[in-house]
Amino acid sequence: MRLYVDSSKCSGCNACRVACSLNLFGENNPKKAALVIEAHFPEPGVYNVRVCTQCGDCAAVCPTNAIKQNEKGAYYVDNVECNLCEACVPECPEEVMFVRSKLADTAWKCDLCGDCVAVCGTSALWIAEKEAVEA
Amino acid sequence: MDGYGGRILRIDLTTGKSTKEPTPVDLARDFIGGRGFGIYFLLKEVPKGADPLGVENKLIISSGPISGMMIPGGGKCDWTTKAPLTGGYASASMGGHFTAEMRYAGLDSIILEGISPKPVYLFIDDEKIELRDASDLWGKDTFAVEKQFKDKLGEEFQVAVIGIGGENLVPYACINHDFGRQAGRGGVGAVMGSKKVKAIVLHGTKSIPVADKDGYRKAGMALYKACKDAEGLKDWTRYGTTIVTSWCDEVGALPTRNFSAGSFEDGKNLYGPVMREKIVITDKGCFGCPSPCGKYSRNKKYNSFVEGPEYETIGLMGSNLGIDDIEAVAQANLLCDELGIDTISTGNAIGWAMECYEKGIFTKKDTDGLDLKFGNVEATFTLINKIAHREGLGALLSEGVKRASKKVGKGSEKFAIQVKGMEQSAYATHNATAMLLAYMTCDVGAHHNRSWAITYDLQVGRELVTPEKVARVIWLQNFRPMFDVLGGCRLQWVELNIDRELYVPALEAITGIHRSWQDLEKVGERIWNLTRLFWSRENEDFGRVWDLPSPRFYEEAPKSGATKGQITNFEDVNILLDMYYEQRGWTTDGLPKPETIESLGLKAMVA
Repeated sequence: MRLYVDSSKCSGCNACRVACSLNLFGENNPKKAALVIEAHFPEPGVYNVRVCTQCGDCAAVCPTNAIKQNEKGAYYVDNVECNLCEACVPECPEEVMFVRSKLADTAWKCDLCGDCVAVCGTSALWIAEKEAVEA
Repeated sequence: MDGYGGRILRIDLTTGKSTKEPTPVDLARDFIGGRGFGIYFLLKEVPKGADPLGVENKLIISSGPISGMMIPGGGKCDWTTKAPLTGGYASASMGGHFTAEMRYAGLDSIILEGISPKPVYLFIDDEKIELRDASDLWGKDTFAVEKQFKDKLGEEFQVAVIGIGGENLVPYACINHDFGRQAGRGGVGAVMGSKKVKAIVLHGTKSIPVADKDGYRKAGMALYKACKDAEGLKDWTRYGTTIVTSWCDEVGALPTRNFSAGSFEDGKNLYGPVMREKIVITDKGCFGCPSPCGKYSRNKKYNSFVEGPEYETIGLMGSNLGIDDIEAVAQANLLCDELGIDTISTGNAIGWAMECYEKGIFTKKDTDGLDLKFGNVEATFTLINKIAHREGLGALLSEGVKRASKKVGKGSEKFAIQVKGMEQSAYATHNATAMLLAYMTCDVGAHHNRSWAITYDLQVGRELVTPEKVARVIWLQNFRPMFDVLGGCRLQWVELNIDRELYVPALEAITGIHRSWQDLEKVGERIWNLTRLFWSRENEDFGRVWDLPSPRFYEEAPKSGATKGQITNFEDVNILLDMYYEQRGWTTDGLPKPETIESLGLKAMVA
């Protein structure tokens, strides 16, 4: 399973990012979200959303094995094991692996909780089996 | 404090000093936030008789407890000040992402005081607060400035900026944000310009504390689910506010040729589906919005991009000027946004000028040579520029139609479509008595959003003058602006018809204070009375006559369209006011009675 996005449906509202921070950290703070909305205005007037594809590249390079898989098969960061070394950050092809040491003492990423999907009013986000969509 | 950023930031522009004070617990309890905070600070701190563009006026920018939260529509920011357009109360609501960012920077209100000796911009990055030189930004258009900051500082920074209209103190200059959102009405942009503040640039990384995290998450999710399950979501998201254009045309509410009629013979060219097909490329939402009304457009005819036009702009810049070309309307919208002037007042003022020209009150000598016939697109573009620069005929129109018509005379006052000096927004009210009363009594002047009663008119009988209708207007005035107090948007309730009770547990979980809608409406009533008291404090002759609508709506029945031959007579206008004052507990001259002030617990506020 992974999160999918159709950027052409995104309206840039950021509800997904608040919901994400609420799930990951129990906080209202989109600066601590695991997906990114780039707004390209005034031209060409479109949004581009970047989400985790659960490719696992981050886990492969983590020297402390802090990035593990949960029951959904999604990679998540074990904040006890993470030492903020940032090795994972440049490995992420979607640039959605985050370390902001001023904001949190752990790296973070999408754990596929689905709350972003629940609050997205334009159905820009959804979760599906990887193979099912990519085939 | 749960549910709040926790700080009020004051910027003394005269000295350059900034101070932060804790958000008072009593203020949060009694006035909650947003425009509640706005009227509190305005009444308490701006001295009687202050010049709206002078050193004593303040610009009070406030978020509310649902701003920046996982609550649908938590993206509304209130800008309160003494209005240069009207000399009374102004409270302009701005969507986008600014209000959320204020809260992430730990701020509930930002209060701009004094006047800077030179152009500056206010830079806020969490605890870092600086006034920075804006000499190189002065004179630039709003999009250029916002883009410059976004490119330099990054996507996370939010920008509110004035244009040349604000710099030139046009009394209906607005404040722009997010490439297409505005604090539009009453001249808040001119107040910012008078203070020599070109922009506010804002970034915050804090979390907003809540009283009950689980309850908040549950209530927030329930609200989003209700919005997503709503029958109206699909069409509303597709068309936004332009969904009403065709309806207004059909029922005779679409302002046409300076409100001389309510239906436009070429209106079909402006309808929502036409616009969607022709120019819209992206649905653009404010913070946290599941039903984005913002329609972002690529205008091939003029090789430009613009957010909108939304319904109000279509009404005022389209049919009201006899223009039936949606791309021309979109371009007029863009010009106003770049220059930072309100599309509603601008379109209304140009409509008045076109009627002056049609009636021979203006000749080409008065119009700088422009052939100012209804429908002249190029003349409209030229006038928009002239208004923002205050040149030629634009200088006259920039004063607003009340002042301009007083200067010109020759009967032009009768077709200056305004109340209290604010140009009427896009509902023609020849025969829609509740909507007419809503405009007459709106607390900023002739604006629609406090009490959007026109659907109720159609539902119960548009010509009826009954206590029930008046009660409906009052209820809407107490209830709807509470969204501006909470820092959120009313349109999920209005357009998706979601159960407003869903907000009650959300607000309680966020703030830790239980408030029923009955409690919230009482807060709304208190604020409504305070805004009225502000008007009377600032204007010695304030009273009943200030609530009268344009004579057009009781003397001149439309000669065409759905409301052809229909008019509200003047006696009924006065009966509406009598009933309204009585139900509000006001005198026959429209002032809150001492016992009303007492019963609302406002005595200390106005002592």
